[in-house]
Amino acid sequence: MTRPENGSRQDAPLQQLESLDELWFQAGGTLCNLSCNHCFISCHPGNDNFGFMDLETIRRYLQESQALGVKEYYFTGGEPFLNRDMLQVLEETLAIGPATVLTNGTVFTPSSIKALRAISEQSLYSLELRVSIDGYSPQTNDPIRGEGTFEKALEGVRMLVEAGFLPIITMAQTWPEEENTRVFETFVTTLKETGYQRPRIKILPTLHLGMEAERSRPYSQAERISEEMMEGYDSNQLLCSRSRTVTDRGVAVCPLLIETPGAHLGDSLEDASGPFRLDQGACYTCYVHGAICSNIGGWGVE
Amino acid sequence: MSSSSPGKIALFGGIYANHLALEAALADMATRNITGIYCLGDLGAFGPNPDKVYPLLKDHGVKTLAGNYDDSLARDLPDCQCGYTDPRDNHFARLSYQYTYRNTSEENREWLRSLPGEIRFEFAGRRVLLCHGSPRRQNEFLWSSTTPTHFLQKLCKDYAADVIAVTHTGLKWQRELPSNKLFINTGALGRPENDGSRETWYTILGEEGGRITAEFIPVSYDSEALAIEMRAEGLPEEFSETIESGWWTTCLEILPAKERLLGRY
Ligand code: SF4
Ligand code: SF4
Ligand SMILES: [Fe+2]
Repeated sequence: MTRPENGSRQDAPLQQLESLDELWFQAGGTLCNLSCNHCFISCHPGNDNFGFMDLETIRRYLQESQALGVKEYYFTGGEPFLNRDMLQVLEETLAIGPATVLTNGTVFTPSSIKALRAISEQSLYSLELRVSIDGYSPQTNDPIRGEGTFEKALEGVRMLVEAGFLPIITMAQTWPEEENTRVFETFVTTLKETGYQRPRIKILPTLHLGMEAERSRPYSQAERISEEMMEGYDSNQLLCSRSRTVTDRGVAVCPLLIETPGAHLGDSLEDASGPFRLDQGACYTCYVHGAICSNIGGWGVE
Repeated sequence: MSSSSPGKIALFGGIYANHLALEAALADMATRNITGIYCLGDLGAFGPNPDKVYPLLKDHGVKTLAGNYDDSLARDLPDCQCGYTDPRDNHFARLSYQYTYRNTSEENREWLRSLPGEIRFEFAGRRVLLCHGSPRRQNEFLWSSTTPTHFLQKLCKDYAADVIAVTHTGLKWQRELPSNKLFINTGALGRPENDGSRETWYTILGEEGGRITAEFIPVSYDSEALAIEMRAEGLPEEFSETIESGWWTTCLEILPAKERLLGRY
């Protein structure tokens, strides 16, 4: 099958889809109750560039995914829990495999938490909830995520922990790398004080796309992967070697590039199983940091 | 072996230098009409004096395949390829790998070089495939709560097997698959399984009414003696604590939610 080349850099390496281990859903589209100033796909309450995915569509891809041997299902946005179908989607997903939701933690209600608990308990598979909080205090988080979001997200974490979940807290690293240990340890203390006794924390690099390109800087032309760089590199580190992302309008190569022309590879998982040319700045972040999107990967502390 | 009775086969992995548990398991097997013994790899890690494991395996004719740890030692790699990504987990993995590397003789490393990556045989007319992490990746973690049944069915199809047995995660589980197929994770013989009990586990494959069955057998051994030996060797206190308490203290960040919730830390 021939397909149009994405991007102009023909010298960038081609990455094959080695096996479809992770299937991502852009379940919340680009719609979000927050408008963080580092959001790499510039989500906000009015951004319907990508819309909510409906249950029927998700079902169709879940169905197709089984014969392909998908191992894990991920749901992201925007804010997936704004999607009214989300609980039903999770219930049906967890009937066939493990599910992970990336949420901002600010839209839980006691009744949604209770429903999540029930869905999780009746499944053989793990339901992981990943809550984004970008600082260890309102002073460090709120300038990025918005007024009052630290307290709100922490309340979300508190409710999840009370219901018996062990949420994974992800922090986008907007501070210098040398401060990772201090940030990590300060946050562990805060989380323990709120009742989360064995916090799981992942520190992730920011992606210089969308709002973050404006907040910090866009990618430079030098931040690209070349053929030589791939020699001896474990391509399993790159999400696109083992995953695809379904949106409300077709399948993209990865959750980072849904807005990149050329990163949409087809309508079905089958159609989207071809190779992708790694010519984007974000590819460079993946290359350097590896496995940033999956549940394991990212930075912890010794 | 007659075709009507295929006998029974013992499987285990993750010895992690726990020679006392290995000795106890082999003694237990000797009482059970076992016709073949297989080790699924990871002879060293966590435990003391890794060289003590080798004569036990050789004397009992244990057919052994290579795990990621064995592969690292055999090829003089700088780390154990356990697949941890958390820095604290990696810190402890490094300590145990460096200790194990220093205390494994050249002769034993040579023996590790001779080990296959997988073993296949027929048992009760079914194709059995033994490997370390998964048939496709030596250090792939297959946990019960993150491994869909359709994924296991695809492995059986892609790798032409009716029964697949692995280890590497340290937690035992099994799942019957449609069309009389079976997947087994044998757990670990060398480390308790994060449930507050000191027992470790091996697996017996048998046959019942045309189906292959897997039974998990608990192994009791002198864990106090092992902990004393570990401390004498200067291994991290965290490791001996796990042997004594039955709770994992390190390498926790790779656990999925359901498995993590069952442990203490
Ligand atoms: S970073 Fe997450 S929470 Fe913030 S605007 Fe983007 S999607 Fe919403
Ligand atoms: S951004 Fe990362 S996951 Fe996406 S195509 Fe580039 S390397 Fe692959
Ligand atoms: Fe292993």
